[in-house]
Amino acid sequence: MLKSKTFVKKTRSGGVMKVVREHYLRDDIWCGSEVCTECKQESTVLQKDACMESSLCSYPHYLVPDTNVVLHQIDILEDPVICNVIILQTVLQEVRHRSAPVYKRLKDIIHEKEKHFYTFTNEHHRDTFIEREPGESANDRNDRAIRVAVKWYSQHLKTFESDTDGLKVVLLTNDQGNKQKAQDNGLLVYKCEEYVKSLIANPELVDRLALSSDDKSEITSSKVLFPEHFPLSRIQTGIKSGSFLQGTFRASRDNYLEATVFVQGEGEDSTEVLIQGLQNLNRAVHQDVVAVQLLPRSEWVAPSSVVLQDEGTGKDDEDAEEEEGNLRTAAAEAARKPTGKVVGVIKRNWRPFCGMLNVSQIKESTRHLFTPADRRIPRIRIETRQASTLAGQRIMVAIDGWPKDSRYPNGHFVRSLGGAGEKETEEEVLLLEHDVPHQAFSQAVLSFLPKMPWAITPEDMMKREDLRPLTVCSVDPPGCTDIDDALHCRELENGNLEVGVHIADVSHFIRPGNALDKEAANRGTTVYLCGKRIDMVPELLSSNLCSLRSNVDRLAFSCIWEINHKAEILKTRFTKSVINSKASLTYAEAQMRIDDTNKNDDITKSLRGLNKLAKILKRQRIEKGALTLSSLEVRFHMDSETHDPIDLQTKELMETNSMVEEFMLLANISVAQKIYDEFPECALLRKHPAPPPSNYDILIKAAKSKEVEVHTDSAKALADSLDAAKVDGFPYFNTLLRILATRCMMQAVYFCSGMDSDFHHYGLASPIYTHFTSPIRRYADIIVHRLLAVAIGADTTYPDLMDKHKQSALCNNLNYRHKMSQYAQRASVAFHTQLFFKSRGILNEEGFILFVRKNAIIVLIPKFGLEGTVFFDSKDKVSPNIVFEEEIPGVSVPAPDTETPAKKQKLDR
Amino acid sequence: MAGLELLSDQGYRLDGRKATELRKLQARMGVFTQADGSAYLEQGNTKALAVVYGPHEMRGSRSRTLHDRAVINCQYSMATFSTAERKRRPHGDRKSTEMSLHLKQTFEAAVMTQLYPRSQIDIYVKILQSDGGNYSVCVNAATLAVIDAGIPMRDYVCACTVGFVDETPLADLCYAEESGGVSSLALALLPRGGQIALLQMDARLHQDHLETLIEAAMTACKGVSKVLDEVVRQHLQEASVLTGE
Repeated sequence: MLKSKTFVKKTRSGGVMKVVREHYLRDDIWCGSEVCTECKQESTVLQKDACMESSLCSYPHYLVPDTNVVLHQIDILEDPVICNVIILQTVLQEVRHRSAPVYKRLKDIIHEKEKHFYTFTNEHHRDTFIEREPGESANDRNDRAIRVAVKWYSQHLKTFESDTDGLKVVLLTNDQGNKQKAQDNGLLVYKCEEYVKSLIANPELVDRLALSSDDKSEITSSKVLFPEHFPLSRIQTGIKSGSFLQGTFRASRDNYLEATVFVQGEGEDSTEVLIQGLQNLNRAVHQDVVAVQLLPRSEWVAPSSVVLQDEGTGKDDEDAEEEEGNLRTAAAEAARKPTGKVVGVIKRNWRPFCGMLNVSQIKESTRHLFTPADRRIPRIRIETRQASTLAGQRIMVAIDGWPKDSRYPNGHFVRSLGGAGEKETEEEVLLLEHDVPHQAFSQAVLSFLPKMPWAITPEDMMKREDLRPLTVCSVDPPGCTDIDDALHCRELENGNLEVGVHIADVSHFIRPGNALDKEAANRGTTVYLCGKRIDMVPELLSSNLCSLRSNVDRLAFSCIWEINHKAEILKTRFTKSVINSKASLTYAEAQMRIDDTNKNDDITKSLRGLNKLAKILKRQRIEKGALTLSSLEVRFHMDSETHDPIDLQTKELMETNSMVEEFMLLANISVAQKIYDEFPECALLRKHPAPPPSNYDILIKAAKSKEVEVHTDSAKALADSLDAAKVDGFPYFNTLLRILATRCMMQAVYFCSGMDSDFHHYGLASPIYTHFTSPIRRYADIIVHRLLAVAIGADTTYPDLMDKHKQSALCNNLNYRHKMSQYAQRASVAFHTQLFFKSRGILNEEGFILFVRKNAIIVLIPKFGLEGTVFFDSKDKVSPNIVFEEEIPGVSVPAPDTETPAKKQKLDR
Repeated sequence: MAGLELLSDQGYRLDGRKATELRKLQARMGVFTQADGSAYLEQGNTKALAVVYGPHEMRGSRSRTLHDRAVINCQYSMATFSTAERKRRPHGDRKSTEMSLHLKQTFEAAVMTQLYPRSQIDIYVKILQSDGGNYSVCVNAATLAVIDAGIPMRDYVCACTVGFVDETPLADLCYAEESGGVSSLALALLPRGGQIALLQMDARLHQDHLETLIEAAMTACKGVSKVLDEVVRQHLQEASVLTGE
């Protein structure tokens, strides 16, 4: 099998080194085609009748794209129309080298069976391997290798011509030289555009073509708008010498002419560089990694407090300049921040963006502007012939490039999501924008579900404690179908109480490493939207087998304490168990049972016991300095038919809410301690870092406006001063302060105990904390379950569980998904609020001012949980005479009645 | 830039081998006439020369003499030109000393030392070119040299390194694979009885995978032993033709 070997020589930068590697050539690499009778392959990928109807190629054919086609036209390759494609190893390797995201997408396509993509290992094939000739560049060699492979294929397939009605191989390339050489060799070769345009059945595919470099020149005017980016080599030397800084570009949400670059310094410290003005932003897009150069100190500016949205239609550059002028305010010396300009982009972080098409005023024009839903992304110019159909639809667009003489980046249409304003479309948009994986579960994932009808087997019973006789019940919000926790409480003979928290045993069903587990790990969390739930695990598990419903036997992971009447924990134990919940109650039902003195059944007694203990536990916790913060959460009442919101109310909190919460916290803390003791290197924990003191500035300033003092030295001090902060005749003040305090906080994050030393949970005032109680909707809990199961000897470990680096990577994903799911949730609420107001017209409600900006105020309406920006000057109204004071901050209008917080009439949305 | 892809989806490794395939193995016995036994062995791009002296009287300190068996003395060294960057110190560094010890242990398990009490057997191995799997190549070369010297052994000692990538064991790692962050395991086997003469691993590996990895290493060693056996038989034939038997 081993034919011969050749030596490949390589030199590496930084001390030239000769690397000698073996390269084996084989004669057992098959062509992968169905028609071939010569190759002894076990399974074939490429079909016999490869039919893509094209006016250029009337015969069945296989496509072979070259590297640049794959890199730039991956959207085309992803289209279901394109199938029977041969990806050469040369191409695959080059793609892997040049772009990780494209490589990943290409691999996904290759794995999809219906696409019939075949990878041909041409570099190791006896007949298709070529050596680099003297004087030939690596790229030229690869192009030649591709041509040789195509040649081999066409000759190979020719031998079966009799039974294939002329099956051929077509090379796709955009490189003129390559095309010419291929033609000279007698190969069938087309440009990607030519080929796509020739496809008969799918004219709309043309829009998905990325603009190639020679098209761009037509679009733009000769005027150069942006300074040239420096070449990478110069940027690298610049960064090394310290004259440039490298950081992540973050566009401002409020002002399209302003951005910050987040420069990660050594260790913990990081700095932010302010970028202002179109020229200085220099074509960087949100989330790009850029190099910045600091401006001389005299040109430093303060962040403007203006809210600016890009209204330009593409031609009015003068407007932009004018707006830029407005930004420059004579700020006090102290307020000025390090300011810089972008000199080069190190890594683009472009993804497909969702948004709307602004159809061009010129009727026949094929070039249109696209407005992304995310305000931090600039508008994109795209070329499409379907503008009239796409107007009023939500579409996805990918950026191809941003030439220096174009005001906007150029892009191409990817796909349409549906009509704007329609519920399904908008939901799709917000899921895509927040990167929430929401496709239906694949067959591979579903294959790991237990077979129905499912029952607890005797083997399961053997290994588990039988807790079915206990009076266990669950308390959840109304309409909850994924019940992952249940509780019980009973009196022991020695007078103490036994309290049990029973959590659905999801890790019993999801075994490590299988497709189901990988999918859940990727999704990370269940996302709750208004009227919709994006499950982390398939519904069979989330709403049936794992859900601790009443009066059925369910597997559980129990945490059982012996507690005395002073709520001191005497004993803790963990066990896998079987339970049978006696009732699933809502918070209100549970509350009613507790309050109803006539009821004296077991469930009610158990609830009362729990409630009593919970109150003591809560008091103890608050004494230790736990914070009670507030955020506005609204619930919609949905019309059962149309699923439109018909009413909304802010979430009500009952005693039973905090009762359940209290025991969940207790369980989480107990479990965290246990797994940390057992696995000090790889326990998955959750921490909440204390915020830096400067975060509290807005809170302190806001409190000062009402002459209230807030101490922020410690969590305890903050909790106490928040409790004391009350203003007569203004009952909502306290809640407002709590809302502001919430915004000062840091994000709580998952982390791996071996990678960090600070475990403290600031908000809960607990030295250690984790998530154990919601494995149906959070993946972190599944990991914690597995760790705990190993700790009590109920399960075995597996490699990834003990690998702190892998776990830390998992934590990063979970934190990201968690954050994104929260954003998606908020966006969903905001969308439903708009739907709600669409039919309401103008209402008058009480609102409070949260922040003051130079040309706008940000107003909160508690009744609807709504926050919005109110501009002082709009186009049709003359702005009132306003004096903006940076320091306080506040706005004073020469009229008497402005007061923060003042009553304000709320406008329609 | 992404690291190297050690195993492609199609099941090919960097150099075009499949997971269980060994590199091309070539060997020659009796390359020097001065020594009692010698062999030259190439496993892909790793090349080694092994020389055996003995059994002979104890040299140097007599205190090391064993009364019931022979002492095996091993020395491992690497030619200064064996690696991409010129080696400063061909032998005597910590790595070489460790390797010498490993070789000594391996051959103490295989050579029938009890036949030669109070004597000494010297095994010198030099790596001429290094491309991964130095230990196993040395063991394989030394086996041939010991056989060439006519010293009785229980069996061939065959060694092979295996690595673990994407849940798949890779046999006979080359340098690029060894340095690519693979947890690798070296195993020396007496193939007929299936006894392990030496097993060495200093990377982290979950215990669940250990068995499959050892299994793969043993299969690879058996493959090596077949080639060695052929070399020995070939050599014998040539020798017997020369002596006219």
